[in-house]
Amino acid sequence: MNSVPTHIERIRADFPILKLQVSGKPLVYLDNAASSQMPQPVIDRIVRYQSAEHANIHRAVHYLSELATREYEAARIKVQHFLNAKESREIIFTRGTTEAINLVMHGYGRALIGHGDEIIISALEHHANIVPWQMLAQEKGAVLRVIPMNDAGELLIDEFEALFNAKTKFLALTHVSNALGTVNPVKEMTAFAHKYGVPVLLDGAQAAPHQSLDMQDMDCDFYAFSGHKLCGPTGIGVLYGKAKMLEKMQPFMGGGDMILSVTFEKTEYNVIPYKFEAGTPPIMAAIALGAAIDYLNGIGIAHIEAYEKTLLDYATEKVAALNGVRILGTAKKKAAVLSFEIKGVHPHDVGTILNAEGIAIRTGHHCAQPVMKRLNVPATARASFAFYNTKDEIDKLVDGIRKVQEMFS
Amino acid sequence: MSDMRQLYQEVILDHNRKPRNYGAILGANRHAEGHNPLCGDHLKLSMNVQGDKIETIAFEGDSCAICKASASMMTGAVKGKSVSDADMLVEEFRGMATGTLDPEHQETHLGKLKVFSGVKDLPSRVKCAILPWHTLHAALHSEFSVTTEDQADSFSGGE
Repeated sequence: MNSVPTHIERIRADFPILKLQVSGKPLVYLDNAASSQMPQPVIDRIVRYQSAEHANIHRAVHYLSELATREYEAARIKVQHFLNAKESREIIFTRGTTEAINLVMHGYGRALIGHGDEIIISALEHHANIVPWQMLAQEKGAVLRVIPMNDAGELLIDEFEALFNAKTKFLALTHVSNALGTVNPVKEMTAFAHKYGVPVLLDGAQAAPHQSLDMQDMDCDFYAFSGHKLCGPTGIGVLYGKAKMLEKMQPFMGGGDMILSVTFEKTEYNVIPYKFEAGTPPIMAAIALGAAIDYLNGIGIAHIEAYEKTLLDYATEKVAALNGVRILGTAKKKAAVLSFEIKGVHPHDVGTILNAEGIAIRTGHHCAQPVMKRLNVPATARASFAFYNTKDEIDKLVDGIRKVQEMFS
Repeated sequence: MSDMRQLYQEVILDHNRKPRNYGAILGANRHAEGHNPLCGDHLKLSMNVQGDKIETIAFEGDSCAICKASASMMTGAVKGKSVSDADMLVEEFRGMATGTLDPEHQETHLGKLKVFSGVKDLPSRVKCAILPWHTLHAALHSEFSVTTEDQADSFSGGE
């Protein structure tokens, strides 16, 4: 007997990869914090672009070039609305979050941060929001200050506030921790930094796929995220920057498209955002990101946020009930990330055994070695959820954890 | 490999629970450290080599079951052996783990170490099994630190 598909069944039907079998079992994909999967409308958009719309942009007067340019710029406007940015010229396409952060480090940091200045980051950062600032600090003789966290994985706000002084020149902070799922109170922290005139960059790689964003309300100076964690392709990311900040920054890379005029004596740079988009950008990927945003909007960001919370609450309850399993990251406000360890079993063995059950999780240090060190673990196992996951899949994860325990008992 | 019991055999689980030759040797004359940055495996190897003979060997560190059991069984296999015999085992183990040597059909000196043959079907775990052997090679030939990142699965290339 055929029944009417439920809402979640209809969503899952949009994702061809979710029909895969792995190790002879239905794929249970719980590695969404590393990369999400792509729905058919986005795949179709890529095919349509490559089949009927592709040419280089911002260059020629022919039909295809004008069409590709129009679609690329339309994607920029979709991102602008997704972020509720004031203007579309505040949206710069990059290769991903990492490049976006490096762009700010080079374009803002190298021009405006000097010897003895202080840059604040947090104990929760991904390596992508540590290493660029470390490189800058080394080059300039600046000092990196780190906001500490408690055992639950929450930043200590009193200590954060105490870090500020006249030398503080920049705050680079993750919106959501990739390793533990902590959602930081970024709006309040941004407001505090602004009292000291300190600009703020937020690493939104883990936040953008899971909650609605409003740049004008959050008031951060920069916001970075990646397309491939948002049901889009790899190779595309976004840097949002307030126009007044972007205008005073130096270009990151030199080349075509970022110039107004070039002579051998002098180059006049293009206006923002083009000043920061040297060379031929990932046109297809940007357009596909636009399609991914359309898709997510169709489902509804508010629905995604609420549904994922039910998944996280369910998984937290089920996993916490298991003997010999400890959840790492118990912040009051969390996104859909569940890091855990099984007593006496290394996370890598957990990952291998779950894989044999068709379950994909991430194991390791999650590019957040300082977080691991702070929690005194070499690595964790991490399940991360998306709006296309189900409670049934979480039950399979829990069964898988029991199998691991049985094997190692 | 879908049957995990082929990989996590009782002998491997036993060496993981109760690793042999675990610790550090005081006054050792050979040391090396091994890292697997991908999963955070880390082990320290210390040995006393007299003339051509490995008199004592011990390891310690933090690693997954495959790596720890491999290290534990390795120390048992090479203790009392000559450096050249140990080198031969390193090569054979590497061949088995990477699938270039089939211990079921080719003659080897691997003996009980054949329980690790299953890792060849799990590319992400080959490094876990090989790390102790990389580290042994480094300790025997005076390289103090190895990582599975820059050495890949090769002992011979570019060293």
